[in-house]
Amino acid sequence: MAAALLRRASTSPSASLLRPLSGRLFSSSSDESVLSIETSVPFTGHKIEPPSRMVDTTPKELLSFFSDMALMRRMEIAADSLYKAKLIRGFCHLYDGQEAVAVGMEAAITKADGIITAYRDHCTFLGRGGNLVQAFSELMGRQAGCSNGKGGSMHFYKKDASFYGGHGIVGAQVPLGCGVAFAQKYNKEGAVTFALYGDGAANQGQLFEALNISALWDLPAILVCENNHYGMGTAEWRAAKSPAYYKRGDYVPGLKVDGMDALAVKQACKFAKEYALANGPIILEMDTYRYHGHSMSDPGSTYRTRDEISGVRQVSQERDPIERVRKLILAHDIAPASELKDIEKEVRKQVDDAIAQAKESPMPDASELFTNVYVKGYGAESFGADRKEIRATLP
Amino acid sequence: MASLQMAALLSAPSTPVTSDRVRLGPLRLSASSSSAARNGGALVVRSEAKVSGGGVSARGLSLITHAVAEKAAAASSADSKPGHELLLFEALREGLDEEMERDPTVCVMGEDVGHYGGSYKVTKGLATKYGDLRVLDTPIAENSFTGMGIGSAMTGLRPVVEGMNMGFLLLAYNQISNNCGMLHYTSGGQFKIPIVIRGPGGVGRQLGAEHSQRLESYFQSIPGLQMVACSTPYNAKGLMKAAIRSENPVVLFEHVLLYNLKERIPDEEYVLSLEEAEMVRPGEHVTILTYSRMRYHVMQAAKTLVNKGYDPEVIDIRSLKPFDLYTIGNSIKKTHRVLIVEECMRTGGIGASLRSAIIDNFWDYLDAPILCLSSQDVPTPYAGTLENWTVVQPEQIVAAVEQLCK
Repeated sequence: MAAALLRRASTSPSASLLRPLSGRLFSSSSDESVLSIETSVPFTGHKIEPPSRMVDTTPKELLSFFSDMALMRRMEIAADSLYKAKLIRGFCHLYDGQEAVAVGMEAAITKADGIITAYRDHCTFLGRGGNLVQAFSELMGRQAGCSNGKGGSMHFYKKDASFYGGHGIVGAQVPLGCGVAFAQKYNKEGAVTFALYGDGAANQGQLFEALNISALWDLPAILVCENNHYGMGTAEWRAAKSPAYYKRGDYVPGLKVDGMDALAVKQACKFAKEYALANGPIILEMDTYRYHGHSMSDPGSTYRTRDEISGVRQVSQERDPIERVRKLILAHDIAPASELKDIEKEVRKQVDDAIAQAKESPMPDASELFTNVYVKGYGAESFGADRKEIRATLP
Repeated sequence: MASLQMAALLSAPSTPVTSDRVRLGPLRLSASSSSAARNGGALVVRSEAKVSGGGVSARGLSLITHAVAEKAAAASSADSKPGHELLLFEALREGLDEEMERDPTVCVMGEDVGHYGGSYKVTKGLATKYGDLRVLDTPIAENSFTGMGIGSAMTGLRPVVEGMNMGFLLLAYNQISNNCGMLHYTSGGQFKIPIVIRGPGGVGRQLGAEHSQRLESYFQSIPGLQMVACSTPYNAKGLMKAAIRSENPVVLFEHVLLYNLKERIPDEEYVLSLEEAEMVRPGEHVTILTYSRMRYHVMQAAKTLVNKGYDPEVIDIRSLKPFDLYTIGNSIKKTHRVLIVEECMRTGGIGASLRSAIIDNFWDYLDAPILCLSSQDVPTPYAGTLENWTVVQPEQIVAAVEQLCK
């Protein structure tokens, strides 16, 4: 009975919060007491007064940050192994190191607010409420995937949670995101859209075009540059004459944020949402770092040293997002270290179970080749010589 | 100016400038496969996309060739002619206006569509009526405003994006191909993109190479996109409305030289089917497939051909993607000879695809090779004489038919 309950809990749709833990007792602070924690570095503003460094949070929120980020980290590591086992093919861009951006953003917004990003979207999908089985199935091209196996790593979407993807051609998602913001303004929804892009895509012209239009029309669009300092193999100083991405909006205000501090991200996104609803677009630059290479086919060490990676992570800069939250939890006596280890073990098990379940999902049926080309399921030929809605057949 | 030139083009000195219509005999409603309803003195037929097979006989006599046959109604109804006369750009505007009124999620985006009224006056007056949030003037940024249109369509709005000239939309090709055409598929059906992308294209009057482009051939292989080309005020309004109501992304090709065509269209509301071709002139000897401006060159050639004793069947294919192989096939089964006349380039044009589609489906019915007259594979020159030689002229069409029917 208990085993059945546990199994049900671990495969529940919202895998981002771990159900079994909610019943545990914490050592001292109660769940909802407010803690004020300082961010690692102060915010830097461009044409705007930056928000305060002191962020309000609760023990419950910190624990959820920890477990969510641990889940995301484990998922990405597992995806690495699956790729090397050739179960995931093509392109696979991993997000480990950058989890704080996804998690901090979710903490500041609702599911009515939109998020759109490029191809490094697995963790953003999870943050928006996607579950592990859908994610792994999509990565392996199975029917249970969030896009029925037809999208792949770069095309995760979740319409009911306002997650607009998942785009392969970087830069193109920013006008799309501004379009979503336009629709939000048109429908008077009182919501905002976060259009994420990287330091590489920050040099795309359509970004500035979209920013111009958004500023002209006062759209609630927030452009977020996830600056991990490398556009594939090109360091930011070799690609951008001005790598201060938060300033490149010129007439649009910007904020530079430590993207590996989940609390700073939360504060910045909350601030940006209030600003955008009142005034129009704003740019956020998240200073973050990716541990893996650009994608699974890039070792990530030809253009940067291993020392740099380990330096950022733990040795000199100690910026790893999960470690930071772990230290905060331990420092504030929210939970003992053994409990955090248990969370990580639980997360590992969840990911393994999800992978096993995803492997059981079949490949898409051959007829799926022709579905969803047009709405109304026209398939390959909508009209055909017999004026029937023809389903094309493979030879 | 354009209308005078159009009149010269149609070269019928005593008749007014109208588009060619089919002279129908008494309507045989029983043979109709579209749903028809008689209300009052007017006949309104809604031509739906899903037409159940059978019903329409292949011989063409009882074919319903127009969704509304007001000629027959005019013969039987009272004194004044029904319907109202307008120019093609006004018909487009009427369709757009009716749809914007009917559905508050329809909005228009483009350069100078709002306060200026549109460079070809298609959106004139709409900004005053609907306000700045529904008729939006954009900066010159096709890539991003097309992307924004697509992004807003993902949430459920129905934007109508205007390219001031179709050629400018090449800057937005990435958005149209990757996001517009593919999002429904790559999201596993989660997102629909009910966007309409429209604008004038084609060879005009010495507009120069970059403003005389025909983008039909560039877009035709994008999966997930539908393409239609309008040619008369009647089908312009019907196709505009159908495109806006469609859940799929539709590219509506207009032509710079056709905006001032005048025609009498019905007062009643009508929507045409996006996938149907239009029978312009039934015939027996040869099937001539055409679209957009070339329809008028073909009809001009048809007059000469009739005088010479030929009986061409002229079909305006209207739907460039997907092709209406049913109407085309029925025609080929009757005439066994095909001539395609298009304004697209010879290489990789609409005619090239249509030719292979016909060969794949109707090879056994052909008595002669399919002839395809297209524009030359050159950038459109400025000089008037050279420009005329770039596109297909009526004399060439006559010569081609004579060759086919030898």
